[in-house]
Amino acid sequence: MAARLRGRRGWLPWALLAPGLAWLLVFFAVPLYYMAKVSLEEGSIDTGYRFTWHFANYADSISNYSEQFLRSFLYGGIATVLALLIAYPLAYAIAFHGGRWRNAMLLAVIAPFFTTYLIRTLAWQTIFDDASPVVDALKFVGAIPQDGRVLATAGSVIAGITYNFLPFMILPLYASLERIDKRMLEAAYDLYAKRRDVVRRVVIPLSAPGIVAGTLLTFIPSVGDYINAQLLGTPRQAMIGNVIQSRFLEITDYPTAAALSFVLMAIILVLVGIWARVAGTEALMGAEAS
Amino acid sequence: MEASAAGQMRVTPERRPALVRLGRGLLNGSLKLYAGLAILYLLFPIFVIIAFSFNDTRSRFNFVWQGFTTKHWQNPFGVPGLGEALLNSIEIAVLSTIVATALGTLMALALVRYQFSGRAPVNFFIFLPLASPEVVLGAALLSLFLSVGVNTGFGTIFIAHVMFNVSFVVVTVRSRLIGFDRHLEEAAQDLGANAVQTFMRVTLPLIAPGVLAGGLLAFALSIDDFVITNFNAGSTVTFPLFVYGAARVSIPPQVNVLATMIFLFTLALMLATVWQQRRAERMAAMRPEEAVAA
Repeated sequence: MAARLRGRRGWLPWALLAPGLAWLLVFFAVPLYYMAKVSLEEGSIDTGYRFTWHFANYADSISNYSEQFLRSFLYGGIATVLALLIAYPLAYAIAFHGGRWRNAMLLAVIAPFFTTYLIRTLAWQTIFDDASPVVDALKFVGAIPQDGRVLATAGSVIAGITYNFLPFMILPLYASLERIDKRMLEAAYDLYAKRRDVVRRVVIPLSAPGIVAGTLLTFIPSVGDYINAQLLGTPRQAMIGNVIQSRFLEITDYPTAAALSFVLMAIILVLVGIWARVAGTEALMGAEAS
Repeated sequence: MEASAAGQMRVTPERRPALVRLGRGLLNGSLKLYAGLAILYLLFPIFVIIAFSFNDTRSRFNFVWQGFTTKHWQNPFGVPGLGEALLNSIEIAVLSTIVATALGTLMALALVRYQFSGRAPVNFFIFLPLASPEVVLGAALLSLFLSVGVNTGFGTIFIAHVMFNVSFVVVTVRSRLIGFDRHLEEAAQDLGANAVQTFMRVTLPLIAPGVLAGGLLAFALSIDDFVITNFNAGSTVTFPLFVYGAARVSIPPQVNVLATMIFLFTLALMLATVWQQRRAERMAAMRPEEAVAA
């Protein structure tokens, strides 16, 4: 069937792809070219920027903002691990013990998306406020000291990131867990496997595509995020996204912002590549296809 | 697979059904308790947003509960610029959803149904925007507009939203297309339908749930987007941009009222779609012999 179609009308898939590809080429690929050009410019907003192959922008931006880079990957990494730990048992419960509540629970998982991202984060500002009952409760149980606070700390920024991207972790995990043939688990139990072993040796390996997809979908936006650091933190919790945003839109230092963007993208692509190598490309492609 | 797993597993000589059952019961119970708590955690900020739309706040910010009032609900658009911002958001979301869904569906059809050289690179190229942080996408697009000398505003927000939505639509529609039974199309053509008739009367109704899912996702992402919009908005203000601006000076409780309205509206839309989709899936799953039997 496929061979017949290829022989007879090989132009058809390209005709279907053309409008979308054109849009992505002009408004995704071409902008990257222009940003590359901007990242090698020299000058100031008053005298104008000129293209001079100014590679020093890259060296300067890495050395000047290495702290924010490290913090971004640290916060993003912690948030991704926390999201995985929170999401896995929940996805497992929905997939295997959801029963007639399954659809309602899935709806609850995506419900946060129905509220605006910024307002969700502002709600956490309310929850973490010094006068909030939640903070009082945390003080009461001794999770934070009596004179301590939650807002404007690294903890509140990481908590915000974890919450905001949690559904991106839950949904791929659920999708891969739900696809597991239940007879595999029964077979393992019949062979006298303990529940712990079934989870460790059968369930987790079979859900690997979901783990890979979920960690990627959570990690990438977490590292680039600046809303949580802005609304729940202080400049001392600034991430690389905050720097790019303010360099580009407030200070109008376009070359630095462009160079920082490329460095961020390059590091993310390298990390994704390593992760794909570790987890197996099969898992990545399987996850990507789902 | 089973054989190797069995080889590695410890085989206990005897089972202790009662104890095992008790242990499993406890584990299942605690797992369900955990799931309930996790769901509460996910929904907690939504409760806060809705509750604070009724807050009788007297300060510029709406962070501390000061008493119940419905006055913000009676006057939801009483803040200058808020209504206009919401209208901009809705217009951009509707327009960009239509365009992105059309472009993305065509691409998904091409990728699932045809083997052609270049399919793998195209797949990778579509995946790239999904793997780029929003701040990079926004900064790159603004670099283009600055370099070419385009004034940013409504039009550039629209362009940006279609750009980041296309890949999401392709991924969503593609996953729904994979189980598509192509014999139905062949049957239509055998019965004399031409290519256009086959597409309109057979293909489109069958892939409609997937297209609808892609469109819903695009709409939700568009109306919620802040980062990319912030880079390419010029002087146009969308709802998220309004909230961001307000967060620095003062947050009127009307913001919570509109957020609650958007939440309820999207929830209703979602429930209606799920219901409609279930019906469509039941119909699509029905085979002629079953229809006769039924």
